[in-house]
Amino acid sequence: MKTNETPLVQLQGAGARKDGQWLVRGVDLSVAAGEIVTLIGPNGSGKSTTAKMSLGILRPTEGRAERRRGLKVGYVPQKLAIDWTLPLSVRRFLRLTNPLSDDECLGALEETGAGRLIDADMRSLSGGETQRVMLARAIARHPDLLVLDEPVQGVDYAGEIAIYDLISSIRSSLGCGVLLISHDLHVVMAASDQVICLNGHVCCRGTPSDVSRDDNYRALFGARTGTALAVYEHHHDHVHLPDGRVRHMDGSLCTDFPGEHHGHDGHQHHETGGLTNAG
Amino acid sequence: MLDDFFTRALIAGVGVAVVSGPLGCFIVWRRMAYFGDTLSHAALLGVALSLLLDINTIVAVGITSVVLALLLLGLRRGNSLSSDAILGLLSHSALALGLVCLAFMTWVRVDLLGLLFGDILAVTALDIAMIYGGGALVLGGLILIWRPLFATTVNPDLAAAEGLRPERAELVFMLLTATVIAISLKIIGALLITALLIIPAAAARRLSSTPEQMAVFAAVAGAASVVGGLYASLFYDTPSGPSIVVAAMVLFGVSLVPGGRLVRRIRAKAQGGRP
Repeated sequence: MKTNETPLVQLQGAGARKDGQWLVRGVDLSVAAGEIVTLIGPNGSGKSTTAKMSLGILRPTEGRAERRRGLKVGYVPQKLAIDWTLPLSVRRFLRLTNPLSDDECLGALEETGAGRLIDADMRSLSGGETQRVMLARAIARHPDLLVLDEPVQGVDYAGEIAIYDLISSIRSSLGCGVLLISHDLHVVMAASDQVICLNGHVCCRGTPSDVSRDDNYRALFGARTGTALAVYEHHHDHVHLPDGRVRHMDGSLCTDFPGEHHGHDGHQHHETGGLTNAG
Repeated sequence: MLDDFFTRALIAGVGVAVVSGPLGCFIVWRRMAYFGDTLSHAALLGVALSLLLDINTIVAVGITSVVLALLLLGLRRGNSLSSDAILGLLSHSALALGLVCLAFMTWVRVDLLGLLFGDILAVTALDIAMIYGGGALVLGGLILIWRPLFATTVNPDLAAAEGLRPERAELVFMLLTATVIAISLKIIGALLITALLIIPAAAARRLSSTPEQMAVFAAVAGAASVVGGLYASLFYDTPSGPSIVVAAMVLFGVSLVPGGRLVRRIRAKAQGGRP
């Protein structure tokens, strides 16, 4: 990993608590310029909370969150609910947080393959079109850090590959850092420099590149997908109890909950390639 | 010119409408109609306060609305009760409390109907000055926070992530709404203020293709409703507030007929040809 320069954002032992419940604890994370970091995990595992702590939307209850001074963020939210009373064209949506000329709008849209949509109404767009338009809006700002919350949600398989390819090419052309959130445990971008698996804490982290080179994987999904997608699948060998304790498969209870607690036998990884078990 | 009560009412009403139109768009977009209702019902409490302390009505109503707006913002942050229930509770409690307070003050004679439904006879030159002063302040404030507030309306997380400080924009917006309610009270009455925020915005919706256009059209629709409503009020001797609201409703109805669709189609065509 190229982390020589100062990171764009950095979390150190960060955790957030709401209504007496820890949403996520003990997260260490850093994103440098030109680096793609992917957060994966099931629903409610603290992915969005972690992203919000990194962005400063949410103040960490414990630990530290640091951002480089003057950091310019481009954010692609998970969902966009536009009220019917709001007349919003794609062009106007692109100018939501900073002024842009018509040429800049069109340029960004063409980069994401959505140039023909410039005068469309936001509410008339399909799921995939909306994702492309939101991505165009985020990159039109020329951000230092691009944060994407489940950017392939509601996009079909071919579109998913196209968007992942697009994200890697944007990373190269803008030289920005990318923080990608995905609820999909099975598929992540091969271009990710680092994959962090969350489940209320950091379960494990590593690079997916070895996975995409795996022969079995290629045989399963075809060579084309191998360049854009990687399988990253594992089963958890422990259960999180409602009170925050962890029960392992052998029935033992782990009460010192926080942090990366896999000193024991860790996870049973399947096709884990280059993944290393943290902790 | 200001000697004539009707001229004063017209000037004041148009001033109110021009401000409440753009602000009302945000109320509609953000689905805060009930919030506006709560603040306006609390205006009556402000009136009671102004009589009790012998201070200017608009100032007293403004202060009451601001306090209530801040209270609501705090309660909403706390997230302990559903905001719908909180609003319902505060809205009617404030209205009832205001009415009870007024009933207790036997030493003052209050035209309750005028307070609830507006009274064009009550508009003074000082009121006009306050409406235009306050209105200019609100419009200026709205222009200043337009980008962050609009981005927050579309997606609060996005606005926060990109450094637009949504909380600050929301706070300013609530203060602006409270101010508009204070300056609208005399013309339209406590029960119907929200109508002047919402109906012109709704009427403008079908004719507009950008949010900024909708704000301008809402101001125009509001002003037209005020002029129409006040003339109707004069001729038919009806209370001014309901007359203005009925006029706004008629405008909304007109915006629904196919003619409106035709205007939109022509506009869409004109826009399609531009780039």
